[in-house]
Amino acid sequence: MTEQGIGAAIARREDRRFVTGQGHYTDDINRMGQTYAVFVRSPHAHAIINSISMDAAKGMPGVRDIFIGKDLADGGVGPLICGWAITDVNGEPHKAPPHPALAMGKVRHVGDPVAVVIADTQHQAMDAAAKVDVDYSVLDAAADLATAQGSNVQIHEEAPGNLCYEWEIGDKAAIDAAFDSAAHVTELEFLNNRLVPNAMEPRACVAEYDGGTGDYTLYLTSQNPHVHRLVMSAFNGLAPEHKLRVVAPDVGGGFGSKIFVYAEEVVLTWACRHVGRPIKWTAERSESFVTDAHGRDHVTKAELALDADGLFLAMRVNTMANMGAYLSTFASAVPTYLYATLLAGQYTTGGIYANVKAVFTNTVPVDAYRGAGRPEAAYVVERLVEAAAAETGRDPADLRKRNFVQKDAFPYQTPVVMQYDCGDFHGSMEQALALIGYTGFAGRKEASRADGKLRGIGFSSYIEACGIAPSAAVGSLGAGVGLWESANIRFNPTGNVQLFTGCHSHGQGHETAYAQIVADKLGVPYEQVDVIHGDTARIPFGMGTYGSRSAAVGGSAILKAADKVIEKGKKIAAHCLEASEDDIEFSAGNFTVTGTDKAMNIAEVAFTAYVPHNYPDGVEPGLDETAFYDPLNFSFPAGTHICEVEIDPDTGAVSIEKYAAVDDFGTLINPLIVEGQIHGGIAQGVGQAVLESAVYDGDGQLVSGSYMDYTMPRADDLPHYDVGFNSVPSPLNPLGVKGCGEAGAIAAPAAVMNAVHNALRDMGVNHVEMPATPQRVWEAIQGAQGAAE
Amino acid sequence: MYNFEYKKAGSVAEAASIIGADADAKLVAGGMTYIPTLKQRLAAPTTVVDMNGLGDLAGISVAGDTVTIGAMTRHAAVACSADVAAAIPALADLAGHIGDPQVRNRGTIGGSIANNDPAADYPAGLVGLGATVKTNRREVGADDFFIDMFETALEQDEIVTSVSFPKPVKAAYMKFPNPASRYAITGVFVAQAHDGVRVAVTGAGPCVFRVAAMEAALSSNWSADAVADISVSADGLNEDIHASAEYRAHLITVMAKRAVAKAG
Amino acid sequence: MTLTVSMTVNGESVSADVEPRTLLVQMLREHLGLTGTHVGCDTSQCGTCVVHVNGESLKSCTMLAVQAEGADVTTIEGVADGETLHPMQQAFHENHGLQCGFCTPGMIMSSLDLVKNNPDPSEREIREWLEGNLCRCTGYHNIVKSIDAGAKAMRS
Repeated sequence: MTEQGIGAAIARREDRRFVTGQGHYTDDINRMGQTYAVFVRSPHAHAIINSISMDAAKGMPGVRDIFIGKDLADGGVGPLICGWAITDVNGEPHKAPPHPALAMGKVRHVGDPVAVVIADTQHQAMDAAAKVDVDYSVLDAAADLATAQGSNVQIHEEAPGNLCYEWEIGDKAAIDAAFDSAAHVTELEFLNNRLVPNAMEPRACVAEYDGGTGDYTLYLTSQNPHVHRLVMSAFNGLAPEHKLRVVAPDVGGGFGSKIFVYAEEVVLTWACRHVGRPIKWTAERSESFVTDAHGRDHVTKAELALDADGLFLAMRVNTMANMGAYLSTFASAVPTYLYATLLAGQYTTGGIYANVKAVFTNTVPVDAYRGAGRPEAAYVVERLVEAAAAETGRDPADLRKRNFVQKDAFPYQTPVVMQYDCGDFHGSMEQALALIGYTGFAGRKEASRADGKLRGIGFSSYIEACGIAPSAAVGSLGAGVGLWESANIRFNPTGNVQLFTGCHSHGQGHETAYAQIVADKLGVPYEQVDVIHGDTARIPFGMGTYGSRSAAVGGSAILKAADKVIEKGKKIAAHCLEASEDDIEFSAGNFTVTGTDKAMNIAEVAFTAYVPHNYPDGVEPGLDETAFYDPLNFSFPAGTHICEVEIDPDTGAVSIEKYAAVDDFGTLINPLIVEGQIHGGIAQGVGQAVLESAVYDGDGQLVSGSYMDYTMPRADDLPHYDVGFNSVPSPLNPLGVKGCGEAGAIAAPAAVMNAVHNALRDMGVNHVEMPATPQRVWEAIQGAQGAAE
Repeated sequence: MYNFEYKKAGSVAEAASIIGADADAKLVAGGMTYIPTLKQRLAAPTTVVDMNGLGDLAGISVAGDTVTIGAMTRHAAVACSADVAAAIPALADLAGHIGDPQVRNRGTIGGSIANNDPAADYPAGLVGLGATVKTNRREVGADDFFIDMFETALEQDEIVTSVSFPKPVKAAYMKFPNPASRYAITGVFVAQAHDGVRVAVTGAGPCVFRVAAMEAALSSNWSADAVADISVSADGLNEDIHASAEYRAHLITVMAKRAVAKAG
Repeated sequence: MTLTVSMTVNGESVSADVEPRTLLVQMLREHLGLTGTHVGCDTSQCGTCVVHVNGESLKSCTMLAVQAEGADVTTIEGVADGETLHPMQQAFHENHGLQCGFCTPGMIMSSLDLVKNNPDPSEREIREWLEGNLCRCTGYHNIVKSIDAGAKAMRS
């Protein structure tokens, strides 16, 4: 490790522009002649559109034009798509009803856009939008996941009974038989609460069309600008790929919600040509709540069969997953291949069967949100294991250790598709026990009791699949895209380097971490490496950032491009140093002739490549190498998180007192950044466990539609986190990395809720749903006390 | 936001004449509730009359056993006032826990009580201490000032100019905040006030109210135990996704106990 | 109908013609090009818009531009001393107190107001002071650490 190479905890170079207010987010961009879009949205969850009257609005000051769904359809704009086709239990494709960018005929959720007003100022557009008169016939809504399937409300003609698909994995008969032979069966039913991603930067876009060249430019809050360009070209038909430039500048957080292709982006790109002006749209937060894809929202019944020794024989899981009103871009994959394939957890469970019903409801579409399927899976597994420990009188840490995959058992094939590459589950558990001070828990519990409080401890030994994933594998499972990544290392004649990556940084610190990789691998000073991302006109085609893939896949692509640089550099150095190419060694930025002191540094080689006066025959000038890396497998970050809570029995308030996390992310490129990723993930997981919930009423109105009612985690809700690492480098990629972006959000909900249940067990409470709000905890205590009396 | 005319008030009388003549003209003080309301297009005033230039309305004075706070005094000024802390520490404590620091730097006592949000803190402080609201026309006792949800005794052209708080023997405020908005789900202000024991509850009902049973119990026995078994009926209390009426009723007792203990 | 509003922003006299309904944050961002002050919500809770008005931290999304007539406004762009970061900015950098950076200007402006009145805040005081500043990336851990370090640097 060098001071600024792989493994160095250096402060981020991107910070300066953000701490001085010089970041460039999409809403900071203003184009000459820019106009503003405001969307007219459905106030109803389910309604027929009888008519849309625009006359009054069109006469308002500053109004350029107003468009409705028919205008887009007449203009040849294709509907929004889902890019992952699930094959159901009958071998049929899932139901993917049309999703027009502006609703036609019917609206299906509150916030569904019906029209767009383009005006010279934001205020004018808002004033005019208020004058667009839409006549609706309101229909009954199916807003509740548990009852939507088979209800009388038919959301889409194409999806009878509101069922998108029923999907299963595992041999049901064999699993049923295993349950029949079990010494103990633990059974739980619970919800996985619906969340709103709430990146602090609301979504925004600015679209413009250059009539002289026929080029479109779309500035956009995106985690994956090339994916946006591909979908908008190939499916929405807005412009050929080579005439559409998508720029994702500084992006203020994504957490999955900025992966997807949304209506507003499609509408503005189409409309800017018709209006003849650039158009800007920026979501208001209340608009974000009813348009950004939500996350989670499962109803699950889960069972774990144990033998008399406490070994896990089998698991059986039935889940209903909410898709919302339409299928979002990757919605269908989340509760299937990103969920059920992780139900083995860290354990040697003999067999697993999972059945998933994906259901349409009159709610905002649901798609990937930090963790995407894996938090739901970890919650199922870890709640079951903790409950099984309590029911069978075993220490929860011991029961886990008894069932962990052993360190020497890798590669380990689970019953549900995945083959784990490596890990040290026992080691992480032991380290986490030490970090939380497990042996001192009884004393802390007693101290809390003396203070009138209930203290509980909870574990979560999670595993996840990251670095998504081999293209052929995901293609066979229904993905519409390949999931490789690209990197282009461009040396300039003076020896400094520009790295162009297909991944996108929206908080993850790529500009620092990727420069560390290049500096480390090529021996170029860190300061002389710049990282460029987010602009389809500058970077090679890339798949973007999500699924904790930027290090494992994007980082590996960088390494591969660096290898190509070294390979070419050796040819040039061999020629200049009058040696055989086979005798050239490369180390720390120097090409050396083996066994001699003859050497040439990489900057000299780069200069020679661009000023090839003395140059090898048959070698092209220039030092500019691009690589595409397709991973061999997922990577499998895993770890143990332990949480301690204190509950005030009088109010039901839950306080997070201690939180210890020990994770195996393989090689750490920049530990400072990795710790930050863990902190943020834990906060979102704690948020899910005790604070956050998207609540719909029976009419399909989002009751928690602003920060007045949707509880965002605040600084005083959260504890100091104790973070440790137990790194086992992955053998599957050249960096040995596994991915760290989602782990906290995956691990934390179960750790916190297991602690809550542990604390409440003495009160006779055995079930509280997430989020464990004060009222909910108080009611659970009241219920248990009432039952006991 | 709908557009409106903006008028910076030069005097209370001028502001009163504008809102007296036009029912759709509205005063803005700190604007901590009103500007968000405007942003969400939940109000469409003809004229917004800005009270922020009226320096005479801001300030804290202590005379004898009375603390008088001008209507345009910011929450932060009350929270940080050595005079308030010395005379009525519970009031400084209450003001120091309204909203967040930026709200406290801008929000005013006059604006808060004139708005009478059912989850606001100040109404509990005023009623709990038996304060007097002074307007451009008269003086109104706190018990008579708060009428109902977002409704006060203020006439159309009546403007709060100050609030006078008699110094209590002892007092304290405890609130259980809404986890999302941090407004009071239930806040209870208890005091051995100038005219006897007062227990005022905010957040739980449509409007601040007193709990006679608790006041009677505390009058004879000032201790947390005295209110521990006194429950308030859930009938008519507020309900939302964060707290049922029953839960709010329960919290009244818990917060009352804790407030009494805190008051000492 | 527009009104001409004049104020001092980061030490410079500025003025703009705005509608009465124009918020201070809109004037800063759209009329003055000071885009370091952000808008992250419409209910005055997220704190990405915090600036200093006459020395106190306020939410510029909850104040009309006309109300800042004659005021002395400081935004995040006015915090550093030329190219030298303010100790609080430096502390956020060194302690990885930011990720996506969107909440950061508001966090820094808010924390400067905290330290002005409380030069040596405890961890609990820092966490409670941040009630009006939301961050979705950092889990607050390193923000708290940054403010603690920034306050320490400002004391010395």
